[in-house]
Amino acid sequence: MDKFEVAVIGAGPSGVSAAITLARAGKKVLLVERGDGAGDKNVFGGTIYAVQTADIFPEFWNSAPVERSITEQKIFMLTDEDSSQFSYKYKLREHKAFTVNRAKWDRWAVCQAVDAGAYYAPKTLVKQIIVENGKILGIETEFEKIYCEIVIIADGINSIFAKQLGLRNDIKDKDVSVSVKETIELPKEKIEDRFNLDEETGCACKILGGPLKNKMALGFMYTNKNTVSLGFSIGIDELKKHHLKPYEIMDELKSHPTISSYIKGGKVIEYSSHLIPEGGYNCIPKVYDNRVMVVGDAAMLVNNIHFEGTNLAMLSGKLAAETAIDALNRQDCSASVLSEYYKKLENSIVIKDLRTHKNTIDVIRKNISTLTSLYPELACQFFDIMSSADYIPKRAKYRKFLSTVIKKGMLPSVPLAILAMEKCFKK
Amino acid sequence: MNINEKLATLKYNKDSESHLSVDNDVCMRCTDKCCTFICPANVYEWNEQKCTLTIRYENCLECGACKIACDKKNIFWRYPNSGFGVKFKNG
Repeated sequence: MDKFEVAVIGAGPSGVSAAITLARAGKKVLLVERGDGAGDKNVFGGTIYAVQTADIFPEFWNSAPVERSITEQKIFMLTDEDSSQFSYKYKLREHKAFTVNRAKWDRWAVCQAVDAGAYYAPKTLVKQIIVENGKILGIETEFEKIYCEIVIIADGINSIFAKQLGLRNDIKDKDVSVSVKETIELPKEKIEDRFNLDEETGCACKILGGPLKNKMALGFMYTNKNTVSLGFSIGIDELKKHHLKPYEIMDELKSHPTISSYIKGGKVIEYSSHLIPEGGYNCIPKVYDNRVMVVGDAAMLVNNIHFEGTNLAMLSGKLAAETAIDALNRQDCSASVLSEYYKKLENSIVIKDLRTHKNTIDVIRKNISTLTSLYPELACQFFDIMSSADYIPKRAKYRKFLSTVIKKGMLPSVPLAILAMEKCFKK
Repeated sequence: MNINEKLATLKYNKDSESHLSVDNDVCMRCTDKCCTFICPANVYEWNEQKCTLTIRYENCLECGACKIACDKKNIFWRYPNSGFGVKFKNG
């Protein structure tokens, strides 16, 4: 086979973004994918974000296979049987995010890269990166050796090749969560009625508590055209600690009264699972070396506080490609030139945002019961007080509410709140 | 909906050889055997009588959770050969 300038391993969002950027600059790039087609092996929640995606695929919503444009963000706070919901619903002025089906979206994205001039090899498993005398020469697939100047590793969270090159250590179980999802088919009209949507718009939901309480776990529910994606992610360490089976939690989540009302009568058309990097800034591996760069999930570039992954993947792919273009033009693909990629990441929202949330996960971990058990309980108690008129004096109800707060040791300011209440009621 | 019903929604192309393997001696000494419950596809099952780990590799979702979870680093994990394994239609 001909020699390429760049070989990209993996045709997910980061790999495609790298390949299309290189192809548009006239570079000879090969995009290798182990699935029969792109998207066959990929799973996400989820949504893609409009602004950053449009940077790679301008006005993609006019031609790409998108499902619904998100116009509502909702948080479900579940107790064992009840729930409180908080929602932000906005008028669709400009697109913010879209739900997509990855099997369709990833295939479409690859087609754009091929149209731009990228070479594409699906159904091709890379066996190893060819290294001779410490120099990366290309990739070896099941079928042949392919030589190139630069390898871009976009092989996802399990990145075998970042590990092969010693750029990354083993992932710790607390730094990764396993996510399971069910795609549930429902008539379009039912989805639109239940989620209060019109034909084009969609809803993105996060779920706290209920069967996920007191664990580093978060549920999600997204509306597609004819399906609802329902699932959750949970730390692998949590599964081990509590001896939990993911598929059993899935069923508990589905049978929660609030959630079940949304999916009632639906047919599960697919069960799926994938890992999510949760380590953030502290777990970013070395993302470049001589003749190689690491992008997307393989570089652990996920902002889990804001549920951002595909956008950071695309952005990192683009920045790596821009660095590669520069290196190829200078005929110097050494680590010192490719270090520019990390600088670009640092100057972008990728590292800036990950650095902002450097310690957030640890804080959440420490307060996980407050977030997933106490808050949902308090929110429901509040609405219960507001919705039940009976013979219990209101002051007794407020006391009960505040005592829950105190018992759980939530706020040091609670005694002050009680004092304020007493003062308020004093004649 | 039990796990077998969930897995029945998926499309697989079964490879003739397993892409997952373990050193069974290490498994025998393992008290936790977390692979038997953390795997979202219930691939691993401990057979008490034979004292062996049954690996239903054909059900694997290729997520990689097992190899990270195993404290003994005893799961030899790779992707199935190209053209084989799970094929998601709604990922």
